[in-house]
Amino acid sequence: MSHIFFRFLLAVTCVAMTACSVEPWVKPYERDRLADPIMFFDRNPVSSAYIDHVYEAREGARGATGSGGGGCGCN
Amino acid sequence: MKTHLNKLLSSTCLSLVSLASIAAVLPEDRADALYHYYNGGGIQIDGPSLLVRKKVTGNISVSANYYIDSISSASIDVVTTASEYEEERTQMSLGVDYLNNDTIMSVSFTTSDENDYTANTMNFGISQEVFSGLTTITMGYGRGSDEVRRRGDDVFRADIDRRSYRLGISQVITRNFLVGFNYEAITDEGFLNNPYRTVRYVDSDPGNLLGYAYEPEIYPGTRTSNAASIRARYHLPYRAAIHGSYRYSTDTWDITAHTADIGYTHTFGDPWIVDISYRFYTQTKAGFYSDLFPFQQAQNFLARDKELSTYTDHSVTLAASYEFIKHGWNFIDKGSINLSYQRILFSYDDFRDLRATTPVGEEPLYDFEADVIQLFFSFWF
Repeated sequence: MSHIFFRFLLAVTCVAMTACSVEPWVKPYERDRLADPIMFFDRNPVSSAYIDHVYEAREGARGATGSGGGGCGCN
Repeated sequence: MKTHLNKLLSSTCLSLVSLASIAAVLPEDRADALYHYYNGGGIQIDGPSLLVRKKVTGNISVSANYYIDSISSASIDVVTTASEYEEERTQMSLGVDYLNNDTIMSVSFTTSDENDYTANTMNFGISQEVFSGLTTITMGYGRGSDEVRRRGDDVFRADIDRRSYRLGISQVITRNFLVGFNYEAITDEGFLNNPYRTVRYVDSDPGNLLGYAYEPEIYPGTRTSNAASIRARYHLPYRAAIHGSYRYSTDTWDITAHTADIGYTHTFGDPWIVDISYRFYTQTKAGFYSDLFPFQQAQNFLARDKELSTYTDHSVTLAASYEFIKHGWNFIDKGSINLSYQRILFSYDDFRDLRATTPVGEEPLYDFEADVIQLFFSFWF
């Protein structure tokens, strides 16, 4: 029983870890456009952090902006 | 036989994992010097923000940010219930990112200080690339500790405990199309209201010519919010991109908000990048908000903070970036100058402008416009 469980666990771990190995549908040599700064979600972190703060201080909604987390300390 | 099968599974697994590993990369070494300016609703805020990021070894990058808000306030709240003031807020951050193959672990500390408020926040994050770098999963946890004080009151001290939990997925869809999902839960506990703000209530005392009087706000001691967003960028057949995002947010104070934006990024040759975007925001009021309460202490919790009312804002942004050191100079690889102008229009549905002399509760609804300017230089080295 323990061997079956071990093999199952190993197989699940294997599948989970090797999910990374799926054939990439966008090949590394096809990622030139994605690497262009105009495609960055956060091209200028110093600017986006400031704008996040401007809105956070004036709007009731907060979070899920994609930034790494702040703490503006504003009341 | 069983041992052989286990060995086979293990070796296959290991070989596939090694094939799958595509190393992530640390953020670029970069320095930014920004001047920011905000002017709207009687408030003017400006100051610098300096951000430097540098790899200290092949797999460790450190970052530091120094930020100042110089505030001069004669806002609608201040004009109607208090006196104008000036103050300065200083914020400093230090962060470290550690790269291990396709994983980046991050930790940062931020401290913010002004004469009546201090906030300290720690953030932890982990980012993992999977599916040959086509998917990036990020998780984060933040813990903040704030101290609230009140000018002119040496005795008053109150604390806030803040926690945030973040989950994000960035997904390459095609060679031109990128999508990101983010979720964040934030929970606060402590003294959450502004110690200066007041609510107004109907005062039928004949001696009170205004017809209303003020009493301090009272907020609940806890607040938990949940927000989820989706954003996307699409590279057009020429060197330009369109982007958009949507965020849904809700919290235990009954504020439900929708945020959406759409934009276009265009290039002129190599050095120029120009952005134009539009952003829309709307929210419902907090359950304990009212512009005018019917009588004193009308309910347990009381708020008349316009940020907790029902309102909408619209923003239009124009930004331009010019790369001026293209082939390097001394230790600098490249540099850019960036200018951004933003116009924001706020329209409140149930927050009234008390500067008007009209019967109580019939004052015009408040609205204002704000200008936001950013000028910054960036250097990569």
